[in-house]
Amino acid sequence: MTDSIASDLEPVGTPAPARVDHPAKRVAKQFVEDPVAVVGLVLFLLVALVALLAPVLAPQNPYDLAQLDIMDGGLPPGEASFGTGMTYWLGTDTQGRDMVSAIMYGLRISLFVATVSLGLAITIGTVVGVTAAYFGGRIDSLIMRIVDLQLSFPAILIALILLALLGRGVDKVVLALVIVQWAYYARTVRGSAIVERRKDYIDAARCLALSDRRIMFRHLLPNCVPPLIVVATVQIAQAIALEATLSFLGVGVPITEPSLGLLIANGYDYLLSGRYWISLFPGIALVVTIIAINLVGDRLRDVLNPRLSS
Amino acid sequence: MTKLLEIEGLQTHFFTRDGVAKAVDGVSLSLDRGEILGLVGESGSGKSVTGFSILGLVDPPGRVVGGRIVFDGADLVAGGERMMRGLRGRRIAMIFQDPMMTLNPVLRIDTQMIETVRAHADVSRAAARERAREALVRVGISSPDERLESYPHQFSGGMRQRVAIAIALLHEPDLIIADEPTTALDVTIQAQILSEVQTLCAEAGTALIWITHDLAVVSGLADRLAVMYAGRIIEAGPTAGIIARPAHPYTKGLIESVPQGKRHGTLLKQIGGMTPSLLHLPRGCKFAPRCPRADAACDPEPPLAEIAAGRGVRCVHPHLEAEESAAS
Amino acid sequence: MTEPLLEIDDVSKRFTTELDIAERMARRLGADLAPKTVHAVDRVNLAIRPGEVMGLVGESGCGKSTLGRMVAGLLSPSDGRIRYRGREIGTLDGAEARDAALKIQMVFQDPMSSLNPRLRVRDIVGEAPRVHRIVPRREVAAYAEEMLAQVGLDAATSKRYPHQFSGGQRARIGIARALAVKPDFLVCDESVAALDVSIQAQVLNLFVRLREEFDLTYLFISHDLGVVEHISDRIAVMYLGRLVELGQAEDLLARPNHPYTQALVAEIPTFSTEKKVYSAIKGEIPSPLKPPPGCHFHPRCPHAHERCRVEVPALKEVAPGRLSACHLNDAA
Repeated sequence: MTDSIASDLEPVGTPAPARVDHPAKRVAKQFVEDPVAVVGLVLFLLVALVALLAPVLAPQNPYDLAQLDIMDGGLPPGEASFGTGMTYWLGTDTQGRDMVSAIMYGLRISLFVATVSLGLAITIGTVVGVTAAYFGGRIDSLIMRIVDLQLSFPAILIALILLALLGRGVDKVVLALVIVQWAYYARTVRGSAIVERRKDYIDAARCLALSDRRIMFRHLLPNCVPPLIVVATVQIAQAIALEATLSFLGVGVPITEPSLGLLIANGYDYLLSGRYWISLFPGIALVVTIIAINLVGDRLRDVLNPRLSS
Repeated sequence: MTKLLEIEGLQTHFFTRDGVAKAVDGVSLSLDRGEILGLVGESGSGKSVTGFSILGLVDPPGRVVGGRIVFDGADLVAGGERMMRGLRGRRIAMIFQDPMMTLNPVLRIDTQMIETVRAHADVSRAAARERAREALVRVGISSPDERLESYPHQFSGGMRQRVAIAIALLHEPDLIIADEPTTALDVTIQAQILSEVQTLCAEAGTALIWITHDLAVVSGLADRLAVMYAGRIIEAGPTAGIIARPAHPYTKGLIESVPQGKRHGTLLKQIGGMTPSLLHLPRGCKFAPRCPRADAACDPEPPLAEIAAGRGVRCVHPHLEAEESAAS
Repeated sequence: MTEPLLEIDDVSKRFTTELDIAERMARRLGADLAPKTVHAVDRVNLAIRPGEVMGLVGESGCGKSTLGRMVAGLLSPSDGRIRYRGREIGTLDGAEARDAALKIQMVFQDPMSSLNPRLRVRDIVGEAPRVHRIVPRREVAAYAEEMLAQVGLDAATSKRYPHQFSGGQRARIGIARALAVKPDFLVCDESVAALDVSIQAQVLNLFVRLREEFDLTYLFISHDLGVVEHISDRIAVMYLGRLVELGQAEDLLARPNHPYTQALVAEIPTFSTEKKVYSAIKGEIPSPLKPPPGCHFHPRCPHAHERCRVEVPALKEVAPGRLSACHLNDAA
């Protein structure tokens, strides 16, 4: 019955408010109403900033061997360096690497891998999904069978097999993540595009003899964006976790460019000998990043859900 | 005899993000037993919200913020949800535009109807089933036994609405509130439903509030009409009087803007402008910005004034009988 | 008689729901499953003259919208041909096809879903003229505003999004969008059905005015015979996919020949000052999946006899300019 009440209230016609409220502005307004989500967003921006500015912010370049001092190896948090006197707030690993710096650089690599693979996967998935929905019929069936097949295998399994074949490397991890993720976007976009496809404005565009490409990407696609954003926030957290897992298992990024996952793996051997900090602090950084993204994603899902906001 | 239903100064407001929408703002109306009232208005006029308010079915962010709804001597607003639950379905029933609001898609018709009977009456399943069967026969459904064992999706739209009406009639309520129940139906089916509702109400002495945007349809059904605009009743009175001599410029405009055959090819008389937003209502008379007769006297807003027995108009410059005859 | 602008020649449209893989397997194993076919439009003939308003009435599921969509080129007929100025729609190529397509435009029912919510109104109206170079790129914005002014909308509103307009204004935007590509022919599919009575009158008046100003021809589809009668020169009545009656608007309402048309005419809402006795035709509208044999209307027809149950009545001329598909006309 909310429906009919809403419809009774809806056609507000009078000289509509002069200000043009862009949909994005409305979303932003509603987003900030949830303090938890704002905390998540601030955390995420902080993490992203740290990752972006790691070379500027980090006390040392952890991969410049000249800056490392083997004498500082395995120092617990808060100890000072024997050589330079600088304080290692989060301790050092066995090679005397400052963990603060290592985490900053690790974040940088983790986020880089995740965002690049996200961008590529979204692009591929969107094109495929919109095409399937717009043309329908056999094209749609074929594409969706491939998507189903892809989604029926666990992502980690596919990624492991791929990397076993391709070998280590940042580019290869990105490729593996794109391959395991595009299908999610394809399915999401196709789902909402099929709903939008049936609406009259698409028929109106066809009546106006606009090209298929124009209708697909200028009319259909922009209306499928909200669910895509929600899936993207979930998937980027997944991508970070997946990359960390792969690197932890030793098939991900190379040792010369360690991500958070590899840092955790490196410290894993020393956990039982009491040097918890080598694994623990990169682990906390990873968890904080993923939680921050999920908080933002949850709120976005609420705000963008057309059934909740009318 | 007291009135069956008396509403006084009902105010139902919606507290939305963009401000307070006064969907119903000071509506007063009354209904005798067995009377049919047509509550007419366009979208945003508050006619549906009035219906929902009587049943206590206004959902947040909406709230009844003022006024009294007295049903058979008891104040429903003061009585709250508890009192409402005892009345709803038993003494006051509702028919919605979409019958699927009443029908549960996963339950068989007999299950739903028997449950409804036994919710308010202490009878055996067999007796309840018999009552359900009779109700279906009354709304003109052939082979009721077979229909009882069907699911709602096996029915056409018209048939579903009949079942919804049958369910509303199960407890022989004193009052039925029907919210645009025939709007979604085809014309030939709409006529069937109207004729059946008419007979049923006459037979059982049920009072009916028929909420609709279609003045023409309700004019053949209702004893009295109440026309709403922007959350207010702007004209009320016996059907014949209003249809023959609408006094409020809005009512007159509504009647004239329905294509009625004889003026083929010509322009229709139209009401200019558009329905005001409930969030930004104009000062004074809410219809003034669209009204050809409006002048400075239309602010402040006029009250609903009696111009003849049982006939109220909220207008400073109504179309009065004397004036009509003088003009012709 | 003038050459028709649009000719619908023996057009049918069937929709078939194919079985999916599981159903096909079940069928091999002997399940009673077959692809379902709906004859949405069944051998309809109709010729529309230049400048004419042809009303098309019928209840839900009668195929009137399907026919309209075929005329607008959104669906292609299963059988038969639709010719515009003597040339069959859908057989042309390239620029010719595009020009022909632009000449027939459609105005949709739902004023909200027929406008792209992500585009500003000036882009909704101006996109096609810009893409098809109907006006020079630099003049598109002014042209869109001019079109909006034609339908009674303030140029200042052109930067807004559809959700900032009322239902009636959205309907006007949809009309402006169609007009912007300079069509000759408009298919109006229930274009006023979703509007409030007072707004409906405004939009109907707009249609009447635009027809004169732009020399338009309309196919005006509606379930509301009262509305159709007001605007149309001739009216075609459809029932379950078939054309059952066709004639001059006023004449058809005054003397409906087909029993179905008679029932529709009787139910046109009229203002009454006393209680009306509704004498409805009995029965439900049959499912288009299983239409009754013979005359589709016979189960509800008060005059049905044996022949109606077996033989499909042909659409025959019963008076000058009046066609009706009913066996009763033979008996007389």
